[in-house]
Amino acid sequence: MELQTTLDIQHLRKEFPILHQQVNGYPLVYLDNAATTQKPKSVINAISDYYSRYNANIHRGAHHLAHIATEAFEETRNRTKTFLNACDKGEIIFTSGTTDSINLVAQSWGRKNLNAGDEILLSMLEHHSNIVPWQLIAEEKGAIIKVIPINENGEWDLSAIDSLLTSKTTLVAVNHVSNALGTINPIKQLIEKAHTVGAKVLIDGAQAVAHFAVDVQDLDCDFYAFSSHKIYGPTGVGVLYGKRELLESMPPYRGGGEMIKSVSFEKTTYNELPHRFEAGTPNVEGVIALGTALNFIHSLDWQSVHEHELELLQYATEKLSSINGLKIYGTAKEKVAVISFLIDGIHPYDLGTLLDKQGVAVRTGHHCTEPLWNHFGVVGSVRASFSIYNTVEEIDLFINALKKAIQLLK
Amino acid sequence: MFTDWMAKYEYIIELGKELPLIDNEYKVGDNLIKGCQSRVWLHAEEGANGNIIFTADSDAIITKGLVALVVRVLSDEKPKEIAESDLHFVKDLGLNEHLSQTRSNGLSSMIKQMKMYALAFQIKSIE
Repeated sequence: MELQTTLDIQHLRKEFPILHQQVNGYPLVYLDNAATTQKPKSVINAISDYYSRYNANIHRGAHHLAHIATEAFEETRNRTKTFLNACDKGEIIFTSGTTDSINLVAQSWGRKNLNAGDEILLSMLEHHSNIVPWQLIAEEKGAIIKVIPINENGEWDLSAIDSLLTSKTTLVAVNHVSNALGTINPIKQLIEKAHTVGAKVLIDGAQAVAHFAVDVQDLDCDFYAFSSHKIYGPTGVGVLYGKRELLESMPPYRGGGEMIKSVSFEKTTYNELPHRFEAGTPNVEGVIALGTALNFIHSLDWQSVHEHELELLQYATEKLSSINGLKIYGTAKEKVAVISFLIDGIHPYDLGTLLDKQGVAVRTGHHCTEPLWNHFGVVGSVRASFSIYNTVEEIDLFINALKKAIQLLK
Repeated sequence: MFTDWMAKYEYIIELGKELPLIDNEYKVGDNLIKGCQSRVWLHAEEGANGNIIFTADSDAIITKGLVALVVRVLSDEKPKEIAESDLHFVKDLGLNEHLSQTRSNGLSSMIKQMKMYALAFQIKSIE
């Protein structure tokens, strides 16, 4: 099958050194991109370059290296602002990841604004990291968690949303794209409805940002969180976007250096945005390399990314569907290149183990979405998730490896 | 022992199919060892000669095969021998990866649990 795309995949693959290796004697087929994407040379080099040329603590040193490092760090903030189309760079806060971003909002905004009886609306598709932080603060405040149900395709049951959104709803926290099923959720619609009842909306964008452009002003979301490592950047860095007026009204949630204006034992005044929420020395090289990753994404064209990923999704879906006893979980009309599936009578762990023996990396288990799999009444799934550097040939290798695994297990 | 991964896994899978299932009355929450991905049930009872008899099961066939290997080695042995066994055969078979994934398949937790039983039986016999 010939791909109709303007992405030069073979050229692109050369940018990712890790892809060119054998695993257990087979060429690596990396299909666990929803867990983390691989890194292009430019990102790997950015980290080495930082430590080779300008490692320094930022925002305070008066010396040359500190100046270059601070500039590079803040340049990523500018690029992130452009990447999300935020209004100003004060709305971009660096965290350690999506989980950290969500916890920041739960502990700062949530602690200040949630009261007993208030409702937090989540969805059945949420990752544990967008459930547990809310449970912690809800328990403390006496708030109540409600859940948007899903239909058999793994899409939100939109008819239920109107009755779930009430004047008691203080916050809606949902993902943009489901990590387990790939469903692209109609968040713009939900945000608009949530705002009519006065609720704020946090979007977990971890699984969205690698696949299509995100415009926080157009979405009108109040908070948007994502992780660097899912968009070709390093691990340990995340972003929290928040509307300026909201962030300004929020108390700091972690104290330390960097986040203060002045400190005395009687009274400390806090720094302005975004530094107020960035206590301590940040992951400087990680943030700088995230900037490089954003440049890498900028060099691609979203339409080509979309076309390529759609071809992979359709090809893999067609091939998988022809396997006897295979059931795909998550058949939403709008989905990214993620396929969760199970095979009749075979445990996902067994498939994952035997695929690994043949060089194919997939994720197996509940994917940190236990409530979702309880809803489906199964223990979890095998999940193949695709990225820009995957090819149709790799899908063929994956399908052949899967058939061999099934043969051994049946 | 095996040069070819397929032959090795065919053997493990066959073992998994052969393992006598744990009695349903013992396949309960109290005997469940929860891995992140596959689940293992383990039951221990005292044999006539003071040995410990283990029966076990898993919902994943490869885990079940690995469980069968361990049960085959440790079941019907003296508590002291079980507590002190080093299970080098797991390494010899090149199956270490299944032990290092401590959270995923429950096998490491099962071995720990078997040794706990062995210690408990030892203490009981001293009393």
